[in-house]
Amino acid sequence: MAKTRLVIVGNGMAPGRMLEHLFEAAPEAFDVTIFNAEPRVNYDRIMLSPVLSGEKTYDSIVIHGDDWYARHGVTLHKGQRVTGIDRVARTVTSDAGVSAAYDTLVIATGSDPFIIPVPGRDLPGVRAYRDLDDVEAMLAAADRGGRAVVIGGGLLGLEAAAGLRARGMDVTVLHLTPTLMDRQLDPAAGYLLEKALTARGIEIRCGADTKAILGDTRVTGVELKDGTVIDASLVVMAVGIRPNTLLARAAGLEVNRGIVVDDGMVTSDPAILSLGECAEVGGRVYGLVAPLYDMARVAADRLTGGDAAFRHSEVPTKLKVTGCDLYSVGDFADGPDREEIVLRDAARGAYRRVVLKDNRIIGAVLYGDTADGAWFNDLLKKGVDVSGMRETLIFGQAFQGGGQMDPVAAVAALPDDTEICGCNGVCKGRVVAAITEKGLTSLDDVRAHTKASASCGSCTGLVENLMSATLGDAFNANAVKSMCGCTPLGHGEVRRLIKAKGLKSIPAVMQELEWSTSGGCAKCRPALNYYLVADWPGEYEDDGQSRFINERVHANIQKDGTYSVVPRMWGGLTSAQELRAIADVVEKFDIPTVKVTGGQRIDMLGVKKEDLPAVWADLGQAGFVSGHAYAKGLRTVKTCVGSQWCRFGTQDSTGLGVKLERFLWGSWTPAKVKLAVSGCPRNCAEATCKDVGIVCVDSGYEIHYAGAAGLDIKGTEVLGLVKTEEEAIEVTAALIQMYREQGYYLERIYKWARRVGYQVVREQILEDAGKRREYYDRFVLSQTFAQSDPWSERVSGKDKHEFKPLAALQPELV
Amino acid sequence: MTAHTDTRAAYAIVGTIDDIPAQGARCVTMGETRVAVFRTADDRIFALEDRCPHRGGPLSQGIVHDGCVTCPLHNWVISLQSGRATGADDGATCTFDVRLEGRTIHLAMRAND
Repeated sequence: MAKTRLVIVGNGMAPGRMLEHLFEAAPEAFDVTIFNAEPRVNYDRIMLSPVLSGEKTYDSIVIHGDDWYARHGVTLHKGQRVTGIDRVARTVTSDAGVSAAYDTLVIATGSDPFIIPVPGRDLPGVRAYRDLDDVEAMLAAADRGGRAVVIGGGLLGLEAAAGLRARGMDVTVLHLTPTLMDRQLDPAAGYLLEKALTARGIEIRCGADTKAILGDTRVTGVELKDGTVIDASLVVMAVGIRPNTLLARAAGLEVNRGIVVDDGMVTSDPAILSLGECAEVGGRVYGLVAPLYDMARVAADRLTGGDAAFRHSEVPTKLKVTGCDLYSVGDFADGPDREEIVLRDAARGAYRRVVLKDNRIIGAVLYGDTADGAWFNDLLKKGVDVSGMRETLIFGQAFQGGGQMDPVAAVAALPDDTEICGCNGVCKGRVVAAITEKGLTSLDDVRAHTKASASCGSCTGLVENLMSATLGDAFNANAVKSMCGCTPLGHGEVRRLIKAKGLKSIPAVMQELEWSTSGGCAKCRPALNYYLVADWPGEYEDDGQSRFINERVHANIQKDGTYSVVPRMWGGLTSAQELRAIADVVEKFDIPTVKVTGGQRIDMLGVKKEDLPAVWADLGQAGFVSGHAYAKGLRTVKTCVGSQWCRFGTQDSTGLGVKLERFLWGSWTPAKVKLAVSGCPRNCAEATCKDVGIVCVDSGYEIHYAGAAGLDIKGTEVLGLVKTEEEAIEVTAALIQMYREQGYYLERIYKWARRVGYQVVREQILEDAGKRREYYDRFVLSQTFAQSDPWSERVSGKDKHEFKPLAALQPELV
Repeated sequence: MTAHTDTRAAYAIVGTIDDIPAQGARCVTMGETRVAVFRTADDRIFALEDRCPHRGGPLSQGIVHDGCVTCPLHNWVISLQSGRATGADDGATCTFDVRLEGRTIHLAMRAND
């Protein structure tokens, strides 16, 4: 059967989701062509604010990478705007002159930002807040510093303001009406929000009507109707969007505010569907992601012969500004037939308002503590008669039916059809079913299988509680476990905030993230020190007092307080001269034990601390550098003799081991990293239980990773096969850098990879050459600061206080 | 090095506070005994025998935090003030009196009882 020719105009989140449904339901039925005016793949537009504030990168918000389109045989025309639809010939034509014939056409042109028609609106430095180009322009402006004026105190405007503030700009928000977010919040909640934003250093001016944007060659300020002038080097307009209907209108389709569609997303032409922000269904247009995803589901179902229908439902609003929790759903305007219940807790800065009509909730606003949002929304959606719990309704779910519930018990008590993830329309029953049927144990698994918590992430806590409720102790809450007793934050959150807030010292982290102790503890300090070393190469100054003794003195402490010293033996190779030097050191310092380690090196055990600098000086003379046998860093690269000597060896495994070790040594990592290179599949170097293992085969180099042979025993995962040594080295370095940037302190590669997902690692390191190169380049940059021999530094006097007693007293002299 | 007496015990000048890194320690040998002299982040000075009550680990090599030191061998947390193990662990190491005069460190030559 011939495939249906499906042409899509626009490549945003709605058509992207529609294709996912389509490929799942009927993988072979469609021949898909997409025209995208933006020169990009499909990315998560609701995550632009975290990109602006620095909490996420563009790469991490891509939904479908190039390989996804390739895998599904989709023809994607990036950077091409469709200029015309010929409904008779059933073709579309782009501005680049490309035309495509369709059996079915989907118009998903989204919306355009509204630009208020004031003088100066076209000046350079005036931006909308709509796509990645806008974010990049704002980031460039933030780099130059100065003041940003954001026109519009709605959801987007405030997220832009918080992001620019986080990037170090002075920010003023101009809002036309008396309170912020007046379409979602009542005045009291708006006031609390204004206070919270003001406390973060964002200036808020409500009742501010813009008269003109000032400047000659670029923007220099904003003038208000009352005559006030505010200096500005950047002006962001975030006053609303309007459906982009030009193309549909020109093609003669029925258009009101948006492109008119029926509840099956079909336009006035049966061969043309429309969905997303450009579509008008039931007289409404939508801008939040949940209904757009709903449209995607309906459209896909119709395209595969189903009869799904789009139904309007209230969608909660949440603000994605770290530290400002607000939740709003439904209708909360005043009216004669309405009652309201209000709770104010000034001390906690919390506010709740529930609006009732005929004893049913029709609107709710929560500020400060939003944990009960889903519960109120559930009551609202189901139209539950709340007269039986009116007295305690406002206190939330925990107060219904007796004692206080902990959050896990509260989630457990929710009915199965309660919506957990608003963005993706995932209910509790589906999450629980996925966990139990598929045996999911990690948040990322749940995200991958259900999409819950995979969009804006504001329901992450809810999903985790649900996992605890479902799995009990089996839920390994690594992602939510706090680093230590000094902070409630987990490692992932701390790593994210170090980047987002640009924290570059341990005291800064402790101050900004509200550590509960004055100087941290032996758990968090080494972790923070590592995160700062890894995140700010060349900028952060290593804190020796926050390292374990092994790393502080660059030798392993043993049970009797003496140390062991391991020099580097590149790829396991040594020479007569090196062996002689080691023998001399052993004799000279009366070292009691010499042993060959499991990683093919020589260990000198029982060295007194005060002898360490002299031992290193002698070893350094002979050309040795530290083997980092003590380090959360690169340790050994084990090898076999390979093609140089072995009758089975297919490649020069020793040579590759030496190259890898010379390239990678000195790098600090979340936990120790051990490599091996085997010259043939007989695997004499035991590469298949290492953090990274390379098995040489006739056709090249098979790269393995995520093995373990310690507390856990685990064979490696295969990352892939590459042809040349150069590729093997680049892939290895990129993989280690990805781990360096994402791993939690003391989390070995095998645990990290299991947490983030093998598929994600493969996609970023093996399949996406651009991303691999970026990791590789960041690793190389970091190495320019890291690759210095700690032993020679100590020999030349660094930290010499470590190795000499402060004083030697003779008690009998007193 | 000068030794001098006061009412309770003999003290010796062992160096200055600047000889010890903040949140770090240096050792003083006192015959057979090793004494670890600690400096906290807020420049208080403490002295303990350099032996963890658990397995004799060198406390001077541990991480100093919040008036405690974490032993480098098995992570026991010892109070610098009392020499006692904190948390669920039980045991104590000897403490030594120590005084700061200006930036000069005076260390008692005898452990507290």
